[in-house]
Amino acid sequence: MELLRLRPAWERKKVVYAGVSPDGGNEVRPAPYYVLPDGNLHTKLALIRVFLEAFRLVMRVRPAAVISTGAAPGFVVVVVAKLFGAKTIWIDSIANAEALSISGRAVRPFADVWLTQWEHLSSEAGPQYHGSVV
Amino acid sequence: MIYVTVGTQLPFDRMVRAMDSWAARRGRYDVFAQIGRSSYEPSTIEWVRFLTPEDNARCLDRADLIVSHAGTGTIIDALQRCKPIIVFPRRMEFGEHRTDHQMATARRFEQRGLVCVVENETVLETLLEGSEKVMAVATAISDYASEELIRFLTSHLAAD
Repeated sequence: MELLRLRPAWERKKVVYAGVSPDGGNEVRPAPYYVLPDGNLHTKLALIRVFLEAFRLVMRVRPAAVISTGAAPGFVVVVVAKLFGAKTIWIDSIANAEALSISGRAVRPFADVWLTQWEHLSSEAGPQYHGSVV
Repeated sequence: MIYVTVGTQLPFDRMVRAMDSWAARRGRYDVFAQIGRSSYEPSTIEWVRFLTPEDNARCLDRADLIVSHAGTGTIIDALQRCKPIIVFPRRMEFGEHRTDHQMATARRFEQRGLVCVVENETVLETLLEGSEKVMAVATAISDYASEELIRFLTSHLAAD
């Protein structure tokens, strides 16, 4: 949903969406949509499945750039895509108004662009603030 | 119509009960609640546990006022439709969430003039009684993110 509000930024690009919601495809049509398994730090086994699926997805799509607002599955795709040479952009979800998410902190070394949507969470060393989805 | 929603992930008895007892006392039969896995089942207001995304959208469209847990999805949904929204954050002390981040998050949205936040049932009822005030807070946002963010991303993607 947050990503959909950023659509004008990739208006003229070929775009593929991925998410954990089985019916997320309805929202992004006519763009293709891939379903990823969900997982988080507390579900290690599920997280391994997310890695495998993210790997398959990145191999298949070979994206020039990846943009994610999180959470764990988004983090995994960013990490995998970075290994394949994609430009990676992390925009920490607007839901994280008090502190960056765990994924949002962990993604730092893998994100070429590292953003928060709350100015008070930004700093010189990053993450940067350049506006929000609302 | 007042649309009450607890989201899909967690129950929220305190909010559902507060809305039901207010509606009962005031004789309000125009309240509809999506209560998820809450154990309290309303006696006055109409309710369902879950809605399809389409039905949820329809309720949001029809609502004059939205009363919601502090879910950013619902907040953005309300703002996109220029509907006033009262946000009732879940509290850790009542076992409603693992952390207390909902209150702080809601306050940040409130500081930007986007939502009305209530910290408990009493404040919720006070606000419902003077709901013209809440209506005035209805903030419209555009369908898309801030221009600054879109421009920033466009420039980063242009290089590819």
